[in-house]
Amino acid sequence: MADDWASLFADRKKAAAQPAAAPAPRTFTGPRPAIEVSRVSKIYRRYSQRKQFATLKSALLSRSLIQNLRPDETFTALNDISLTVPKGRTLGVIGRNGSGKSTLLKLVAGITKPSDGTVSVDGRISALIELGAGFHPEISGRENVFINGIMLGLTKREVTDRFEEIVEFAEMKDFIDAPVKTYSSGMYMRLGFAVAIHVDPEVLLVDEVLAVGDEGFTHKCLDKFAEFKRRGKTILLVTHSLGMVERFCDEAVWLDAGRIKGSGDPKRIVGAYITDVERQEERELAATDAKAKESASVDIVSPDEPASAVLPDNPVEAATGPADMFRAAEGRWGSREVEITAVTLSGTDGTPGHVFHSGERLDVTIQMRAPLPIDDFVVGFGLFNAEGVCCYGTNTSIEELTPERLAGDVEAIFTIDALDLVEGTYKLDVAIHKIDGYPYDYHRLLHTFRVKSRTKDVGIYRPRHSWRFTGDVRFTKTPG
Amino acid sequence: MLHNLAQLPRYRALIQSLVARELKARYRGSVLGFFWSFINPLTLLLIYTFVFKYVMPSAVPGIDNYPLFMFCGLLPWTWFASSLTEASGVLISGGNLIKKVLFPAEILPIVTVTANMIHFFLALPILVVFLIYYRAPLTVGELLCFPLVVLVQYIFTLACALILSALTVHFRDIKDILSNVLSLWFFATPIIYPYLHMPASAQAFKKYLNLNPFTHLVISYQEILFFAGPFGHWKWLAALGVGSVGLFLFAYWVFDRLRDSFAEEV
Repeated sequence: MADDWASLFADRKKAAAQPAAAPAPRTFTGPRPAIEVSRVSKIYRRYSQRKQFATLKSALLSRSLIQNLRPDETFTALNDISLTVPKGRTLGVIGRNGSGKSTLLKLVAGITKPSDGTVSVDGRISALIELGAGFHPEISGRENVFINGIMLGLTKREVTDRFEEIVEFAEMKDFIDAPVKTYSSGMYMRLGFAVAIHVDPEVLLVDEVLAVGDEGFTHKCLDKFAEFKRRGKTILLVTHSLGMVERFCDEAVWLDAGRIKGSGDPKRIVGAYITDVERQEERELAATDAKAKESASVDIVSPDEPASAVLPDNPVEAATGPADMFRAAEGRWGSREVEITAVTLSGTDGTPGHVFHSGERLDVTIQMRAPLPIDDFVVGFGLFNAEGVCCYGTNTSIEELTPERLAGDVEAIFTIDALDLVEGTYKLDVAIHKIDGYPYDYHRLLHTFRVKSRTKDVGIYRPRHSWRFTGDVRFTKTPG
Repeated sequence: MLHNLAQLPRYRALIQSLVARELKARYRGSVLGFFWSFINPLTLLLIYTFVFKYVMPSAVPGIDNYPLFMFCGLLPWTWFASSLTEASGVLISGGNLIKKVLFPAEILPIVTVTANMIHFFLALPILVVFLIYYRAPLTVGELLCFPLVVLVQYIFTLACALILSALTVHFRDIKDILSNVLSLWFFATPIIYPYLHMPASAQAFKKYLNLNPFTHLVISYQEILFFAGPFGHWKWLAALGVGSVGLFLFAYWVFDRLRDSFAEEV
């Protein structure tokens, strides 16, 4: 099992090694592609204190509203994007927030015009960008279906013909004559989705709108997409649901900051994207880590008046007191007779990092410095999840290691053979203190790392497990 | 621009259903519903009749049936003024459509003007009843010109609405400026005073009234519906008709010019 995971991730890393395959100009022989975007850029104006237009005249006469703007007043949402979707294919667009996915969709839909380059679409478009846009709250669902349908390009007749089907699909039979303002947001979205999907477009543009109903409805939507695919329609799908891209799309494009960072086989692109997101998270965690340590160093209790100043009678509590343990915010304290100089986390390959995969090995290296040799010390380790639940805690004293000597620069390496945790963010307590609890250096929740997992299991701990079945039980392999 | 203009007839059905929606939504939830379209002008007319018959009978010399006279000008003005007021905000309030649906934006001001025209039509029966009751000098020949006046006003209003709606997206102040301009415009139009019977003190302003396009619309309505005698103002009306078409083309050009910015600015 672990090997499976490991190999999966190894694949991903390999994919990541060669991600930025520039959008090679693909050549298609045969029919016109359904969507053709060539060298498109989109520049938005930034809102600034400056007046939108100097005068009315200049507003009407200036050839381009954008050309005259200084670069600091513009925002390039898309930068020289070219892509082609042949008829009958499904293209998934992935990327972080703000990478230009929705802008691309709007350009293809014709809602906004590119600042540069051309977009051409062959066939009737239906854009599922915002469901139920244009529903009027005061009038009934029935009337809104008609108006929305006509708005999306149907004739009155066509809406009449499909009306039953639309209502059926939206599961709205009982409420179709009630004014739309009385609908719940789910009903509103379902009706909007039902209308949009029944426009029967040749080109369907979908922007992250599938989370519109319960499980059952979502399945119905997915079935509808599958039907579209079967009938040879072209779909452009913008989504954060990477699983959908892998399952549904023939091809994927990864947008990053307005540029195409990779395109091609969905599995490969999704893999490369995930790896990149992890790297990004890694950087962010490292940054928060550094910040936490920085702010913690302000709280340092001076060595002259060690924890005794806080709790003179019971130094045990100062270090590990349970009341503190589960409530205390991150921080650092201790006398610094021994100082923890650095804590590094490293995974299977030994390189330090902050993002690890469930089931991998994790090494926590604690570097310490003791200017004077000491003989009374305990090295402790605590693992907490994001809610502050202690997942595991131990120290050398609990594990019956009797201290003898610690001097100079030393390292303690705490190895977890398999990080059997579910996906999430975890924090570490790392400490060195006396056997009675008197703290030398206590790092409270200062070290953060993230565990990634392909399985969306729940809880805290993932026991090593497997499934076996006896009798007549069969499964089909989940695609993807 | 011309290409876009040529596309407009394709959206007839959409305009139709949006106008219907507009009208339905306005009275949805009220008990009397559509009857308000009759009741509102009726009460207005009754109040004016009462005031100008009993309270201040000789307010305007030379006009026998002042409330009816005033009403002939007031109804078209209401259509015009409320069209412009609504149109100035229509692209902003309809921003959802422009941003999220592929939708020719000019449909929104067109719907506004058309819906207000329907309201105007709904108020006409009241006017007709009173015209007949007071034996207004209606002639068939003059009445045949009535649709022409309506058409000219429609085009003129549409032109104004297109410009206003497009510019308001960029200059939100227009909404406030407009309400002031409209009240000035109202008094600069011979609606509550007759053009022909203006007092000597106002003669100096009279020639400027001719510069006001709406003057000619109102005078046309008044000549057709209220005053006896031939419809002598038709030349002015024809000129205004030609001017309105020109204005409409200009307005459409402006609108088309700014079209691409709507999705980003609203």
